[in-house]
Amino acid sequence: MKDFYETPRIERRVAMEWIMSAAASVPFLGQTAIAATGETAAPVSGKGYGPDPDMVKAYQPGDLWPLTFSAGQRELVIVLCDIIIPADEQSPSASSQGVHDFVDEWISSPYSAQTSDRNLVLKGLPWLDEEAVRRGSAKFVVLKTEAQLEVCRELALKPKEFPGNFFLKMRDLVTGGYYTTPVGMRDLGYRGNMPMPEWNGPPKEVLDLLGLDPE
Amino acid sequence: MPVISPKEVQSDYDVVIVGSGAGGGQMAYTLTMNGAKVLVMEAGRIFDPARETAMMHTPDMAPLRAMPTPDKQYGFYDSSIESGWEIPGEPYTNASKEDKRQFFWWRQRMLGGRTNHWGRVSLRNGPYDFETKSRQGVGFDWPISYDDLHPYFDKVEMLVGIFGSNEGIENVPHSSPGVLLPPPKMRAGELLTKKYAKTLGIDVLPVHRAILTKQQEADQLPALLHPGNGKAQKILAENMRSRAKCFFATDCHRGCSIGAAYDSATVHLRPALKTGNLDILPNAMVREVTLNKEGKAKGVSYIDKVDGTDHHVSAKVVVLAASSQESVRILLNSKSNLFPDGLANSSGKVGKYITDSVSSSFSAQIPALENLPPHNEDGTVGQQAYVPWWLCKEHTAGRLDFSGGYKFIVGSGRRMPKMTSVRGFDRLAGREGTGFGTDLKEDARRFYGSTVGFSAQGAMAANDNCFSELDPDVKDKWGIPVLKFHWKWSDDELKQIAHQQESMASIFEAMGARIGRQPETKNPIKVIKDGGKIIHEVGGAIMGADSESSVTDQWCRTWDVPNLVLADGAPFPGTADKNPTLTIMALAWRAADHVLDELKKRNV
Repeated sequence: MKDFYETPRIERRVAMEWIMSAAASVPFLGQTAIAATGETAAPVSGKGYGPDPDMVKAYQPGDLWPLTFSAGQRELVIVLCDIIIPADEQSPSASSQGVHDFVDEWISSPYSAQTSDRNLVLKGLPWLDEEAVRRGSAKFVVLKTEAQLEVCRELALKPKEFPGNFFLKMRDLVTGGYYTTPVGMRDLGYRGNMPMPEWNGPPKEVLDLLGLDPE
Repeated sequence: MPVISPKEVQSDYDVVIVGSGAGGGQMAYTLTMNGAKVLVMEAGRIFDPARETAMMHTPDMAPLRAMPTPDKQYGFYDSSIESGWEIPGEPYTNASKEDKRQFFWWRQRMLGGRTNHWGRVSLRNGPYDFETKSRQGVGFDWPISYDDLHPYFDKVEMLVGIFGSNEGIENVPHSSPGVLLPPPKMRAGELLTKKYAKTLGIDVLPVHRAILTKQQEADQLPALLHPGNGKAQKILAENMRSRAKCFFATDCHRGCSIGAAYDSATVHLRPALKTGNLDILPNAMVREVTLNKEGKAKGVSYIDKVDGTDHHVSAKVVVLAASSQESVRILLNSKSNLFPDGLANSSGKVGKYITDSVSSSFSAQIPALENLPPHNEDGTVGQQAYVPWWLCKEHTAGRLDFSGGYKFIVGSGRRMPKMTSVRGFDRLAGREGTGFGTDLKEDARRFYGSTVGFSAQGAMAANDNCFSELDPDVKDKWGIPVLKFHWKWSDDELKQIAHQQESMASIFEAMGARIGRQPETKNPIKVIKDGGKIIHEVGGAIMGADSESSVTDQWCRTWDVPNLVLADGAPFPGTADKNPTLTIMALAWRAADHVLDELKKRNV
């Protein structure tokens, strides 16, 4: 540590370059291959990251605790991800940003705050396949797209009870996971996290729309 | 002199300081710059904001999208380690089992203490805030006036670097000309709030925060701060030049690797170390203050957390700056024949009169802010605008049914999204059930960034119902007895909350906002933030005019033990409608000047 206080003067320009290059060199979520773990979900076995984790390191799902989804469950969650956040003209789908692996990381969390989400998701996924069987198909992922959407539209109507609450939970996890990626943030219209020499307040276009005078 | 281990502790310190946050840092700075030999003891590890903070990371780079966990209670990227409301092995207790009578105690075990986590809002206590008893008939007057602290506020602001503006608001003091740095321009939601609040006679103004919106005047300020002290001037100028100005991105709660936002390690301890007069001993958990035969403080005993061994360090003066309640705990645990009820406690007032910001919040969605063209609204990420207390005249005329004023922070903007940023949009869009698909994507684009939130924080007068004492049964993992808190909100505070709710809602009404719930005016206890949750708790060893009614004198020096000084929030006789940190630093600088004087006169 002793050299911390001996740190030479950091030029602002240099600091900014360093920070930007550090940010750029970080691999994003979605490039990770997660091995299939068989069809039965194991109970959570991992530990938390403790009160003094490395904050600078970039983490991938599975780095800190074992993931849960079987190959089949993962495939199902990918389909759900893209029903909830499909690609459109402006932005790509949730699965393209690896959100399914984030959902796995979330429900595999060793912290108690995620336990009820885990139970609900792991109860809801088999229900979807059972519902697909009731509709004359082998499993949810092989249902026709329109039939998948119909199941989801029905689930969306009753968010307070199972299985509608499972769908609401998936919706919240997938949207939360998506809009916290650089691609999702951009789609929302977030334009910050960009070092700038000055801050000039909102652009004139925005002030005009709001009928505000610049300061 | 550097960061040391127990083996390297010297035997001839002038001053030992327990704690390295705002108060301990300021103490160490002032003392070492003027030649005193100082040891700073910190219960946590050394922390380097320049290398350990994740400034530009996006949430997808963190576990669980950086959401809070028991290990990182303000989220993964919050610059807090080994910190929290609950820390394994370091319990505290509450006397009451009742909801709303709990006190929540944040501890920050790392170099720089809570200054790492701090929102950096830096407001001076105003003249009235030192006269609570005289003006409002509750709590206590301070033994000093605003005028006593004014020069120290100026000095702290010049050293730390505070942006803000002088606006001529009653009981909101002006900084001397040239002291403040320019405030950032307001965001769209803040300007809109300003426009409509004005129609109600309420001013939305630039807040003051410890962030460099331009580089400090390294050629001028050091000479003003350290006249006739060439060495101090040179060290300070060098440190000021090493701090970059804000680059208008990333939340200050993540810590600031470029030194634009204040933290104690960067602004206080780094130059203090350069003097060669400072040692820092990390991982030192202080057990008690020890006494010599004459009843003066001899030093402190502590546990080296690295190997669990017990040690002692001696000094001419002992300063406790461990955070108000940790300092109280150390005093109460320092029992001797001379002080059977805890050190410096002949008045029986140690632990008494804890106060905290009286706080509630209110947020609403503003249709005018929907679907705005995407633009960067980071600014100085976090608070930029606030409403200082605007009803001093009403208060003075006795037309309000509560004693304390309050301010509120205006929060708005297209902030970096987090897991919860896209919640509640189904309701706003008028959808039945759970939205998904392209509808959801359109809702998200439409409503993101269109909410405005107000967070009110008000004054609290000291009273008999809020205090701490030692728990007779519970000890921490080192065997040190822990604190038991007593907490009860009074009608005075609850009436203030009702007023907060009403005034915040009235501004939203004027803005045409969509309000999710009605302001809680009938049952304010439902919305008041629990004691300690704002992390502004002060008191427990209050300063006063005499040794019967208070623990310290106006120099934050205990009446009973003249070489024992408190340099955190413990000496505050009450909480103002201002955040406490700037006043903690001003008091610490003033107390340090007095210690230097006493050392020079060989009184200690």
